[in-house]
Amino acid sequence: MSAVAATQQNRVARAAFRPVNVLLLAAAIFLLVGSLTSQIFAQQTVAGLAQGAVYGSLALALVLIYRATEVINFAQGELAMATTYIAYQLIQWGLSYWLAFFLTLVIAFALGVLIQVVAIRPVQHKSVIAVVIVTVGLFVLIDGLVTWKWGADIKFMPAPFGQQVYHWGGVAISRQDIGTLLLTVLTVVLLWVLFQFTKLGLGMRAAALRPAEAVLVGVRVDRMLAIGWGLAAVLGAVAGLMTEANQFILQPSLMQAVLLYAFAAAVLGGLESPAGAVVGGLMLGVFLNLVGQYVHFVTAQVRLPFAFAVLLAVLLVKPSGLFGRKVVRKV
Amino acid sequence: MRPSVSALLTTAGCAALLALLPFALSDYHRGLVAQVGIYFVAILGLNILVGYSGQISIGHGAFMAIGGYTTAIMSRDHDTNLVLTMLLAFAVCFVAGLLLGLPALRLSGVYLALATFALAVSVPQIVLKFDKFLGGSNGVQSARTVSHTWLYAASWTTSAIAFVAAWLVLRGRVGRAFRAIRDSEVAATSSGVELPIYKTLAFGLSAAFAGVAGSLFVMGTNGFAQPNEFDVTLSLQLLVGAAVAGLGSLWGLPVGAAFVGLLPTISKDTPLLGSSHGQDVVFGVLVVLVMLLLPQGFAGLLARVSRLRTRPESP
Amino acid sequence: MTALLELEDVEARYGPVKALHGVTLSVDEGQIVAVLGANGAGKTTTLRAISNTVRRSGHLRLAGRSLGRLRPEAVARLGVAHVPEGRGTFAELTVWENLRLGAYTRRGSLKADADGVLAYFPWLDDRRHQQAGTLSGGEQQMLALARAFVQRPRLLLLDEPSLGLAPVLVTEIFRIIRELNEKEGLTVLVVEQNAHLALQVAHRAYVLEVGTVALSGASEELQAHESVRRSYLGY
Repeated sequence: MSAVAATQQNRVARAAFRPVNVLLLAAAIFLLVGSLTSQIFAQQTVAGLAQGAVYGSLALALVLIYRATEVINFAQGELAMATTYIAYQLIQWGLSYWLAFFLTLVIAFALGVLIQVVAIRPVQHKSVIAVVIVTVGLFVLIDGLVTWKWGADIKFMPAPFGQQVYHWGGVAISRQDIGTLLLTVLTVVLLWVLFQFTKLGLGMRAAALRPAEAVLVGVRVDRMLAIGWGLAAVLGAVAGLMTEANQFILQPSLMQAVLLYAFAAAVLGGLESPAGAVVGGLMLGVFLNLVGQYVHFVTAQVRLPFAFAVLLAVLLVKPSGLFGRKVVRKV
Repeated sequence: MRPSVSALLTTAGCAALLALLPFALSDYHRGLVAQVGIYFVAILGLNILVGYSGQISIGHGAFMAIGGYTTAIMSRDHDTNLVLTMLLAFAVCFVAGLLLGLPALRLSGVYLALATFALAVSVPQIVLKFDKFLGGSNGVQSARTVSHTWLYAASWTTSAIAFVAAWLVLRGRVGRAFRAIRDSEVAATSSGVELPIYKTLAFGLSAAFAGVAGSLFVMGTNGFAQPNEFDVTLSLQLLVGAAVAGLGSLWGLPVGAAFVGLLPTISKDTPLLGSSHGQDVVFGVLVVLVMLLLPQGFAGLLARVSRLRTRPESP
Repeated sequence: MTALLELEDVEARYGPVKALHGVTLSVDEGQIVAVLGANGAGKTTTLRAISNTVRRSGHLRLAGRSLGRLRPEAVARLGVAHVPEGRGTFAELTVWENLRLGAYTRRGSLKADADGVLAYFPWLDDRRHQQAGTLSGGEQQMLALARAFVQRPRLLLLDEPSLGLAPVLVTEIFRIIRELNEKEGLTVLVVEQNAHLALQVAHRAYVLEVGTVALSGASEELQAHESVRRSYLGY
């Protein structure tokens, strides 16, 4: 075979045996064996995957924005919560769940773009810290607006996938969990297709990677950034709606814990890697569920700090996250 | 670099104003301005870390918690003199900061920010977990409480001391090392600045200041240290305050401290949007507006104004 | 006949530092024009002024249309392909994705034009999925040129194409530039330190010194010119 093809093959082989991928494979095998052995294990794994899928989508939203602008969007969770409330309102006005769902995604996109253009664009070139603070301000602002408009009391929304629970080999798996997993996977796959195969996706990647060069080939970098924020808001809306469905109730604090887990998942996966964010989320969800089940020290209270302790441990060993690449900077 | 005459005059003027102010204010308002003093110290500490040494922390609320609990516990168990507990808080948090600074050496930029954020998030939960010693959700009650006037005097005296101390440290070798590290770690190392020493020192110093602020903070809440007083929002408020003040400079600090110290309370008192959640909306909008208009904070505005005044006429 | 590109009294600055003190030049359609000069003379800045990636003032016109207020993306969409110093390739993307970006502003996809590009750069076919950053310097330069060609620009701005390349590759690149100019009618404005090679390929040239045009004329004239020979050609 040609020398080039041989090099390509080597590269694939080397990628397959990277320590992280080996770890992932080992984890997958562990989960499979455990699930086949113990029913509780299987249940917690599936529930963990569904929970992790939600962390993963919000983490993906964070990574999308971070990759393009080096900004951590602290308002991502609150925006997700707000769009969930919008869905709630649409349902109150008589729309069916799924109609409200899709309409909410459209509204979320518009809101994401609006926020980027109005609140982020004016400062994004001046100072990263300023942009981060703006997102903090948005966090407070959105929370206040939602509580002011809808109140802090608990609200209810119809269950998107029904309440059914399937029993399979003694393991109880809820339709909700399966639905969450499938929906999240679908969203992520659609995004992947967008980025890899469309002109728009290519433009967005170019704008995120090298804005100075992208401008020279005619990519409207500012527009790409706004679209990125819109897509991130859509991901957030999906995460918010699925979280509501999982928790059965809607209240303003819906996404606050989820945001934190999403941060952990995003950093775990390495902030520059979209795949890492999703995988990080899934792994975190499963890991936390299993640990919560089998290790008694980790009660519900300690779950969040425990997640972060694990994150810190990983960072100390691999400072750029599991899938992150070490950035070699020119001196 | 000697301070300019106008800077000295302004500082003297502010000091005089602060000394005379309590006589003109009601007790309630004295308490409010005392709060501003507390935030002043905490934000000063954060600025040393973020603005001068370029390491990001979204977790300084944790150090305030350590300082605050130190005061409360020492007072509860040993009825220690409150000022002494402040010094103790300084020392304890200095060590805590050094300890945190060590693993922080391995992390940079956003990863460090998130690691400190993780710390901030975890603090209330950790306190709740170790409830036997730390009082859990019931908190820890100091043996003594203080009046608003005492708090005012304590917080602003501490602010003055902290300001002068920080100014002296930052204008010297240490400050230069910090700024070198902030601007380019590689260049700093090549110039002989030992990164680990100065980076951990920055953490230690900034944590110590936050600890003292935490100590005063607890005194300000009737001597009562509670986990939910030290949650994530406190750390975020400190960061907002530091940004509004203007990173990398000491002159905007009063504005930043007033912004986070007074605004939430003021907006709660003014019935906007007819509900208690109006305050959040107002605060959020103001934070966004201030950052849009003054991305470099108040200090940035001062710098721009002084540049305008000293720019030579173009031919 | 109006020139394709006209620059009149163009000034440019980096913050408080002025780099161009009034540059006037023009490029006719179908020509190769070279910009020569020492380091710091303002050659790169001139190209940046055209694509509006530096603060500038003065008159800039492409086919009679003012470039004054247009953002860089808009200038690119008007038909200006700027290959900057350092090539401007997207190291993290594949070779083929880099080429697709060349077709970004045009309707349709790269596929329609693929044959055209591969005729000039046949080796690209084998390397479609290779990460652009793993190409050698010479290959990256050719990739940048290929991508610019895909843009089907009215004007190609080339910044120091020979920088850091082995002589064999440099000759190859200039051969391709000349071929693109002769066969496709591509108008080129090339900045070069290698004056000898640039004057062999270009029809006309400008010599910049300290931010203004010191000399200009047909290549043959400049090659014979006393001070050009001494300062830039070495004899």
